[in-house]
Amino acid sequence: MIFAPGFFTNTPVQTALIIAGSAAIISAATGVFTIIRGQSFAGHALADISSAGGAAAFLSGISPILGFLGVAVLAAGALDIITPRRAAERDLATGVVLGAGLGITALLLYLGVTLHSTSGAAITVMFGSMFAIPASLIPLNLAIGVAALVIIGLIYRPLLLASLNPDLAAIRGVPVRLIGLLHLLVLSLAVTLSAMTIGAILSTALLIGPAAAALRIARRPAAAIALAVAFGLISCWGGILLAYDSYNWTPGHTWPVSFFITAIIFVLYLLSGIRRAG
Amino acid sequence: MFASFMINDWIAGSIIAIIAGLAGFFVVIRGATFAAHALPLGTFPGAAAAALLGINPLWGLIAFAGLGVIGIAVFARAQRNDVATGLTLIFLLGIGILLLSLSGHYAQNVYALLFGEILGVSNAELLPVAIIGFIVALGLIVSFRPLLLTALSPDLAAARLISPARANFLFLGLLGLATAMALPVVGALLVFSLMTGPPAIARAISRRPGFAMALSAFIALLMVWAAIALSYLTNWPVGFFIGTLAALSYGASRAASSALA
Repeated sequence: MIFAPGFFTNTPVQTALIIAGSAAIISAATGVFTIIRGQSFAGHALADISSAGGAAAFLSGISPILGFLGVAVLAAGALDIITPRRAAERDLATGVVLGAGLGITALLLYLGVTLHSTSGAAITVMFGSMFAIPASLIPLNLAIGVAALVIIGLIYRPLLLASLNPDLAAIRGVPVRLIGLLHLLVLSLAVTLSAMTIGAILSTALLIGPAAAALRIARRPAAAIALAVAFGLISCWGGILLAYDSYNWTPGHTWPVSFFITAIIFVLYLLSGIRRAG
Repeated sequence: MFASFMINDWIAGSIIAIIAGLAGFFVVIRGATFAAHALPLGTFPGAAAAALLGINPLWGLIAFAGLGVIGIAVFARAQRNDVATGLTLIFLLGIGILLLSLSGHYAQNVYALLFGEILGVSNAELLPVAIIGFIVALGLIVSFRPLLLTALSPDLAAARLISPARANFLFLGLLGLATAMALPVVGALLVFSLMTGPPAIARAISRRPGFAMALSAFIALLMVWAAIALSYLTNWPVGFFIGTLAALSYGASRAASSALA
């Protein structure tokens, strides 16, 4: 049986399908630009740093999505300000900001544990809480997704040019630095959505995996984005389905949905290599 | 703070700091910050794998670090370095989340593995730290010239028939070992802070490679000592102090070097 009973009527599953779906779409589309620009590390760093927001939300009792969002946007601004122009120094500066962010996460989670005397927060923030997302978050989540899509749509051509050939873009009058900042902003929106679903440290999987697989197959950027979005959706929805079904494989114990999502992403990546070799 | 039960922590912390400072020098000149972050993060589920098999966590960590090194080398054939590193990280964390879930009771250790736990290093844990630390230090000193040449002047390295791919593999292997050793104490997420902050400051102070490398180890040592002392006094996690001290001192060194320039 492919669909275990209740899959389509279960509210947490419906919420997960919607939120993970929007996370997959935004992450995959942003991921294509992120890979072309050579900013995989920045993408991963933003996600990791956003965990400080998740931990702060846990500590203060505000909604985690606002915590992730606030810190991710702040971190995007910080990366833009302190990042030197030279590529070799850029990774180093990103790493130092990342270290500071993770240090703060460590402290906030520690304080959360001592104040609330619960220990699950580290797992929830770092590895996501797909089936524990309240349905009331759907409107905010969709608003973030739509905002990200609108920004990508508005800056699509200049972003593509600035990513493929920054020098040419500068000559043509593209505000390369502003475009870079907007890309970081979209990245932080993508990271917020995926941190809620598969967790802060795993959100790199949705960002890099589908886009890397798509870029091995498609030659044109628009086709790569479309393919990456399809791969992202297949992995997320497929992962949710398998996690839901897994309750029946090992009675009483559900396999982690983040595992299935990364596993499907991985299979798709390996298949994309065969397609090229053939 | 210097009571007998803390002695092992000071010794382990000092060894880890020196090794991270030495290895970090190459992390910085080779531009391998992402790899230095991804290796520990991908390695930490190795402890859960070891718990499932009932073996010493260190073997699990070394095995996962080895998988990470091989993964980066294999993916780098078809991808740019940063994407290869990202894919390796995804691969290891994907396996990791399953192992963490299967070894259910292990979840409570996730916080300690991610953010470090310096209080409570036993005699039995100290010995492997010392042995691996010695191996990594020896490896870095013996391969000092090839690692330096392939990073700073690839042409000269090629003229001396040093393979850049092989040098990189050797470097990542040493980094993986250092990671497995440091991870239980400093935590998966903040090992790389020790490997980037101190060497970046050392490089800003001196351009002489040997001196900068030694200085990097010395700064890392001061940072870890300060972090252990502050953590003891406040009871806050060691990782917080290492991450923020590294960032503050890096910021100060950049401000100083731009003021002097």
